[in-house]
Amino acid sequence: MWVDWFLALRILRDGRMQTLLITSGVAAGVTVMVFLSSLMTGLEVSLLKKTLGTQAHVVVRPAEERARPLLGDEVVRRVEATAQRTRSIDGWQQLLAALDAEAGVAAASPSATAPVFAVRGNGTEAVVVKGVVLDRFARVIDLTDHMVAGALTVADRGAVIGVGLAGKLGVTVGDRLRLQAADGTSELFDVRGLFDLGNKAANDVWVLVALRDAQTLLALTGGVSSIELRMPELFAAEALAARLRGRTGLEVESWMAANTELLTALRSQASSSAVIQAFVILAVAIGIASVLVVSVIQRSREIGILRAMGMSRGRITRVFLLQGGLVGVGGSLLGSGLGAALAVGFGKAVTDASGGPLLPIVLDAQLFLTASAVATATGLLAALLPARRAARLDPATAIRNA
Amino acid sequence: MPDPVLELRGVIKEFGEAVVTRVLHGIDMRIERGEFVAMIGPSGSGKSTVLNLVGLLDRPTAGEVWVLGERSDRLDDDGLTQLRARSLGFVFQFHHLIGALSAGENVMMALAADQPRLTREMRRRSLEALTEVGLADRVDEDPRRLSGGQQQRVAIARALVRRPPLVLADEPTGNLDTRTAEEIFTLMRRVNKEQGIAFLIVTHDPRIAERCDRVVEIVDGRIVDGRIVDGPPR
Repeated sequence: MWVDWFLALRILRDGRMQTLLITSGVAAGVTVMVFLSSLMTGLEVSLLKKTLGTQAHVVVRPAEERARPLLGDEVVRRVEATAQRTRSIDGWQQLLAALDAEAGVAAASPSATAPVFAVRGNGTEAVVVKGVVLDRFARVIDLTDHMVAGALTVADRGAVIGVGLAGKLGVTVGDRLRLQAADGTSELFDVRGLFDLGNKAANDVWVLVALRDAQTLLALTGGVSSIELRMPELFAAEALAARLRGRTGLEVESWMAANTELLTALRSQASSSAVIQAFVILAVAIGIASVLVVSVIQRSREIGILRAMGMSRGRITRVFLLQGGLVGVGGSLLGSGLGAALAVGFGKAVTDASGGPLLPIVLDAQLFLTASAVATATGLLAALLPARRAARLDPATAIRNA
Repeated sequence: MPDPVLELRGVIKEFGEAVVTRVLHGIDMRIERGEFVAMIGPSGSGKSTVLNLVGLLDRPTAGEVWVLGERSDRLDDDGLTQLRARSLGFVFQFHHLIGALSAGENVMMALAADQPRLTREMRRRSLEALTEVGLADRVDEDPRRLSGGQQQRVAIARALVRRPPLVLADEPTGNLDTRTAEEIFTLMRRVNKEQGIAFLIVTHDPRIAERCDRVVEIVDGRIVDGRIVDGPPR
């Protein structure tokens, strides 16, 4: 066995209480880190998933219409803003081709979207009809995994609607539904499938139909009102939106701009959690350092003896550094287990009304590795001061005075 | 000319920066291989300072300290540490065993001090050294649970296990009762005779001093008496 390890382990074993104390300190720190991080990550993932499950990462729309009064010398007091109609993006097919080729765009889905009425017997509901090319749309919004009944198809005047709307209108797969546009045009659709996106707004309001059918219903012949994009890199959305805005002159909105509050909340959560963790690490480091300093003082005579017997300063330094490192590793193992147990327990205890977990607990190996690396490095760094102090002890004085 | 394990030439030692106190005023001393030497003198005479210099735990202000033909002031800290491991064994008044280690491990540390790994051979030699001092059955004992005499014997085993040419003993019987002190002295004398290991023993006890080969007396930082004691007390 290596002598350095042997001595470090023996000293740790001899100072059982001290070792137990600082190891628990490290374990507590690692527990906090693991628990907090998994909670934060879970929260972020869940919030983003809820928000972006039913929302494209970037939406391209035609530029807003503005009233441009044709005036001579008159002074107007007020220019009324025009009500926005459903209009088509000019040259959307070329734009779509360009977007398909654009780097950082995973999928692009053109849609003709507008508010209409859904009528079934006596029931009338205000809904949003989304005319889409289904295989494109399903790549932007993950529908495939959220179908609860029927099939995901809109061929032959089919419609796919949310479970909320189906409940309100009392329709199910195989029933018929009339959609009525603002100008009175109406069309009949067969309900082919029901989806549950876990978002009330989408479940209660969306009616997915074929693009061509929506174009007819909305009098948008050959046009689309928006192109929705999905990106592999979530947080690059705003940059892409700005780029497209500049290039096309169209209105381009990223999810980040549409959800500034969510984004601010996520960021402040992340930074407050980072601050908490930094202070926890600091407290743990101070704890380790102070216990080891006491240990060095208590053992200064013994250290003097070891030096007199021919142990080098380097070896004494290593023996105490190792103690810090070992405490760090031990505390990491303990704390990882505790933190994981706490996170899982929390995930189980905190449930929503239906008994499902309110927060998905995210425990990835990366988190444990990071927490353990931080704890071990903290142990080593914290031991640096005591180790140097031990190595600097003058053996003659240490033996005589202690 | 006999072969000295230790030689001091005109060693001067001063302490303090602002107020300089000269503790040793030119000490000349030789210890030959296998000699058994006592060093006596009143408290504050400089005995401990000499022992620290000889033990390579400190350096002289002026003069030369030669251990096994090497000059201590020409060595750096690591050099001193290595020379110490190679040539010197220490026995202290308060035995100074390491509480975190068992009796056997305490002895073994003297062998392992300058080695990277612990070996079976070290274990064997430690047990052998403990057997020599009559403590083979206490090899795994916590040294804090041993009696004073037993602790001092472990300390002697630790000092001897490397078979150093010179053992330095600082009041080795200082806190032992008469009977135990006698046992310890006999043990050291036996090792000296059987293995030819030289001893330098700092002591207050005249009964011990007069049974050594030679007594060096230090008073006020000077050697006053280098008389040789032959055989039994006068």
